[in-house]
Amino acid sequence: MFDALTERLGGVFDKLTGRGVLSEKDVDAALREIRVALLEADVALPVVKDVVAKIRERAVGEDVIRAVAPGQQVVKIVHDALVDLLGGEGEQPGLMVEGEPPVAILMAGLQGSGKTTTSAKLAKRLQDVHKKKVLLASLDTRRPAAMEQLQQLAGQVGVGFLPIMANQRAVDIAKRAMNAGKLQGYDVVILDTAGRTSIDEDMMAEAKSIADVTRPRETLLVADALTGQDAVETAKRFHERLPLTGLVLTRMDGDGRGGAALSMRHVTGLPIKFLGVSEKPDGLDAFDAKRLAGRILGR
Amino acid sequence: FTKRKLDAAALEELEDALIAADLGAPAAARVTERLARDRFDREVTDEEVRAALADVVSETLMPLQCDLDVTGMSPQVVVFVGVNGSGKTTTLGKIAVKLKREGRNPLLAAGDTFRAAAIEQVSVWGERAGAPVIKREIGADAAGLAFDALETAERDGHDVVLIDTAGRLQNKAELMDELRKVIRVIKKKMPEAPHHVVLVLDGTVGSNAVSQAEAFLEAANVTGVVMTKLDGTAKGGALVQVAEKFRLPIHYIGIGEGEEDLQPFSARDFSRALAGLED
Ligand SMILES: Nc1nc2c(ncn2[C@@H]2O[C@H](COP(=O)(O)OP(=O)(O)OP(=O)(O)O)[C@@H](O)[C@H]2O)c(=O)[nH]1
Ligand SMILES: Nc1nc2c(ncn2[C@@H]2O[C@H](COP(=O)(O)OP(=O)(O)OP(=O)(O)O)[C@@H](O)[C@H]2O)c(=O)[nH]1
Ligand SMILES: [K+]
Ligand SMILES: [Mg+2]
Ligand SMILES: [Mg+2]
Repeated sequence: MFDALTERLGGVFDKLTGRGVLSEKDVDAALREIRVALLEADVALPVVKDVVAKIRERAVGEDVIRAVAPGQQVVKIVHDALVDLLGGEGEQPGLMVEGEPPVAILMAGLQGSGKTTTSAKLAKRLQDVHKKKVLLASLDTRRPAAMEQLQQLAGQVGVGFLPIMANQRAVDIAKRAMNAGKLQGYDVVILDTAGRTSIDEDMMAEAKSIADVTRPRETLLVADALTGQDAVETAKRFHERLPLTGLVLTRMDGDGRGGAALSMRHVTGLPIKFLGVSEKPDGLDAFDAKRLAGRILGR
Repeated sequence: FTKRKLDAAALEELEDALIAADLGAPAAARVTERLARDRFDREVTDEEVRAALADVVSETLMPLQCDLDVTGMSPQVVVFVGVNGSGKTTTLGKIAVKLKREGRNPLLAAGDTFRAAAIEQVSVWGERAGAPVIKREIGADAAGLAFDALETAERDGHDVVLIDTAGRLQNKAELMDELRKVIRVIKKKMPEAPHHVVLVLDGTVGSNAVSQAEAFLEAANVTGVVMTKLDGTAKGGALVQVAEKFRLPIHYIGIGEGEEDLQPFSARDFSRALAGLED
């Protein structure tokens, strides 16, 4: 279990066999290994520091000091701390789509993070599982063929698609989408937006205006699970500007350890609502804190 | 400037800054140690420390700074590979625009026959560049399409063929096999091709970049790297991890979504930005 961390800690505790009691110095050595293990899993440094501090608090207790197998015990403490930080065990909050229809869901994030694909996945899920009538609308006036991409995906999953009109600004498309949603009896309107960097002032202002005029029930930050240290900066900046309600981490089907999910969750406090696990429209998993904690620790 | 001693605390701050730039803990420690060895116990300004830091990183990258050379025997074949959404198609489009401006006659191949509207996306870039695009319907065989593109290039006298491929995660064996097949078919048609296989890395990527480089090297014999999205908050230090490990030439960086947002890779500028220096 948790091979990467167990191996690292093995070295620390091997030297202890025969002594049986953990000193504060031993705990320090273990914490150094935990720090490296978390960094290797791409957890962002400020988050690593918080996590290690939290683990120190728990580990310096007498339990560990008297433990028979201190390595195992420390691994368990780390694992449990991560599960806590990821939102704890059990059901995560689902999508909030109740309320007076049409309910808006706004998708936001960096370029290429998976917003358009995830929009289609959510539409499919809302239609198939929640029996909602869903309209997909592309507000991406920038990326070549972005609107056609969402249009084709809408066709694939069999949900509504707001017709493309040339030369309309994103905010105006958003208004048109909400209007069409109302007139045509849609329950949910999913607004896919263009990718943007968090320091592109004009684009961030645009996103804010879209949120202002559509009052989304959910504003989801879609991020790549393979993201490195930038996870903290991006999550913070999007969270400052938009009324974010949750996170979606895509490309969890890769071989990354997924530290970005922990980083983003930790700096925003937002629930991770879904994980993207394939390119296909059904490749969307519910989030499971225990599974992700295990993965970060290198299971 | 306020001078301070490069003591243990200062060095730890530096190491942290490098880790936060995605250099990875081992490389960050190595760079910091080098710095400590050279200038420990001297009074230095923050600016001086950063400059020295940039120098150490630049040492690794400088030998890898390298143009994408498509001046050889015509047609020169360039294949773009990488994980999903890294910026392959956009980079291909920017390079097409640039080549066209330089008086070259590129042909584009819409080799991503999988993702929705991938073909339309390349087509828009073809229009922007004023270059023709070879395409087939969605779901078509990507290797067959590459073969078509080479035939067309020979027939119509194109001097560069830029082949797009679908994004694929490096741990998907089936998709990596499909890429192997694309390369194999290109070779069959033209034994000296592809002249370049460019791995496109996302600037926001963390340590997974190393696993990406390893797998795409093995499957497609990558010859060079481009890193995109360096116009955001990410510093792109994963490139240093890849450089240290695989010594791959680095051609360009992407700094935006527009035609002009492609810069030849400069080891000096990249390292200075990484170290938090303006230019
Ligand atoms: N393997 C895998 N690929 C994914 C996943 N989610 C999205 N993708 C792929 O990632 C690439 C980018 O996805 P898009 O949905 O176009 O991303 P986007 O955020 O809309 O991109 P922009 O609109 O350009 O900012 C595409 O190749 C998708 O097929 C996922 O969970 N797993
Ligand atoms: N800010 C910024 N965005 C970029 C850059 N390069 C590409 N992009 C954007 O990133 C997104 C994905 O780029 P694509 O070129 O479609 O990536 P891809 O690798 O072809 O994606 P798939 O074919 O889906 O795997 C698009 O929105 C691009 O406009 C860059 O250097 N900076
Ligand atoms: K990405
Ligand atoms: Mg999109
Ligand atoms: Mg592409």
